[in-house]
Amino acid sequence: MHVPDGFLDAPTSLVTGAVAAGAVGLALRGAHRELDERTAPLAGLTAAFVFAVQMVNFPVGAGTSGHLIGGVLTAVLVGPWTAILCTTVVLLVQALLFADGGLTALGTNVVLMGVVAVGVGYGLSRLLVRLLPRTGTGLLAAAGAGAFLSVPAAALAFVGLFAVGGVADVPLGAVLAAMGGAHLLIGIGEALITVAVLGAVLSVRPDLVHGAAHLRRPADLATRPGLRAEEALR
Amino acid sequence: MGAGHGGPLGAAYVARDTAVHRLPAHVSLVAVLAFALVVVATPLDPAWAPAYGGYAVLVLAAAALARVPAARLARGLVVELPFVLFALLLPVVARGPRVEVLGLSLSESGLVTAGGLLAKATLSVLAATVLAATTTPQDLVRGLQRLRLPAVLVQILSFMVRYADVVTGELRRMRVARESRGFRGRGPGALRVVAATAGALFVRSYERGERVHLAMLARGGDGRLPAGPAPAVPVGTWLTGLALPLSAGAVLAAGVLGA
Repeated sequence: MHVPDGFLDAPTSLVTGAVAAGAVGLALRGAHRELDERTAPLAGLTAAFVFAVQMVNFPVGAGTSGHLIGGVLTAVLVGPWTAILCTTVVLLVQALLFADGGLTALGTNVVLMGVVAVGVGYGLSRLLVRLLPRTGTGLLAAAGAGAFLSVPAAALAFVGLFAVGGVADVPLGAVLAAMGGAHLLIGIGEALITVAVLGAVLSVRPDLVHGAAHLRRPADLATRPGLRAEEALR
Repeated sequence: MGAGHGGPLGAAYVARDTAVHRLPAHVSLVAVLAFALVVVATPLDPAWAPAYGGYAVLVLAAAALARVPAARLARGLVVELPFVLFALLLPVVARGPRVEVLGLSLSESGLVTAGGLLAKATLSVLAATVLAATTTPQDLVRGLQRLRLPAVLVQILSFMVRYADVVTGELRRMRVARESRGFRGRGPGALRVVAATAGALFVRSYERGERVHLAMLARGGDGRLPAGPAPAVPVGTWLTGLALPLSAGAVLAAGVLGA
C-alpha cells in the first residue's frame, strides 16, 4: 500500500520530497560506484525485475501467499544505492501508470520504501554479515533479518510521519498497533521470500551477488606435483 | 508489440486521437501534478464539499474529452481499495465528539476527515488514470526528460519501461513451463520452486542488462540517450493542457474568497 495524495499535510510532503530528492541524488553517485558506466542498463533491468517479481504470489505457508517488496533483496543483489534507484523508478512508474501512490506523495513513498526500508534493512544485514560466520548461510540469515526489519521499519517511519503531518485526529497508539502488527506479519513473509530468492541466486551465480563479494576466494592455481617445467609452459 | 500496446505497462493506455491525447507528455504531467496540488490544498471541511464536486466534474469532463471508457476509470480506482478500508475505520477510532449513525457511535471529526481524504485520493487517482490512459509509457519518459529529471534516472526509467514487458513475458513463460510439468503452487515446498524461478529471472534480467550494455558499446554508445531538439510548445497548447488545474484553482480561489 502506497501513501495516496492528501494523506499527510503539505509541509510534511514537501520535507519528505526534499529528503527523497537528496537521497536519489546521493544514490545516483553511489550507484555509479557500484555499477560504473553500466549503471543505466543494469539498474533499468533490475528495476524491471523488481516490477515483475512484485506481481508473483509466493506461497509463504499456512495457506497464505504474499508478494515481495524487494528493497533488501535488491540491495544485497546489486548494492544499496542501486536498490534505492530501482525502488524510486518502480514507485514512479506505479504512480504514473497505475495511479498507485499519489504524485504529491511520491517523495514520502520514496523515503519510506526506498530510504528507510533499504537503509535500515540493508544496514542491519551488513552488521550481521560481520558478526555471523562468513558463509552463504550467514549471508542468507543476515539478509533475512534485514528484510524482516525493513518492513516494520518503514511502517514505523510512516506512523512517525503521520504523527507529525497526519490530517486525521487518530490516537497514535491505535495507528501504531494496527500498522506494527500487520507489518510484522508482512515482514516475516518478506524475509522468507528474500531468503528463498537470494538462496536460489547464490546457488547458481554467486558472482552476481553484490552482498556476497566477501565470500569470493581467489582460485588457487598450483602446478601439479611432478610436472616438468617445459610441460607446464605448454 | 508496437508503441506501448499490450504488456503490463502499456495496458493502461487507451489509444484514441483526441485533444487530450495530442498534448505533449510534459504538459499533461504538469497539468496532473498541478491538479493534485490544488486538490491536496483544499481544506478538509464539509463546507468545501461543493469544491470537491467541482473538481470531480472537471476531471470527469477531461476523461470524457479524452474518451476514456468509464470501465477503465473504475479499474483505475481499484488501487485505492486498501486505503478505503483505512478510511472506513477512521470514524470508529478517531477522537472527538461522537455522533450516532445507524446505531454506531462514530467520531464526527473522523467522519469528516475520512470523507475528505477519500475525496482527495479518488480525485487524484482519477486524474492520474486519465494521464496513463492518454499518454504512452514512452512519451511519459520523454515528458519527464523535458521536465529535467536527472539524465541517469531518465535512462534507468527508459530501460525499465523498454524491458518491463520482456521481463514479465519471461516470467510468464517460466510459469507456463512450470505448470506444464505438473507444478501446483501449494505448501512450503512450493516457495522454493517459485523462488528459484524468481532467482533465475534475476540472473536472466541482469545478464540481459550486460548484453544490452555491450550492444550499446558496439554501436558507439557513450552512455547518453540520443534525443533530438525538443519542439517548442505553443502557448495555446499549454493553455489547453493547463485548463484542468487552472479551472480547479479557480474553484479553490472562489472558495477561499467566499469563505
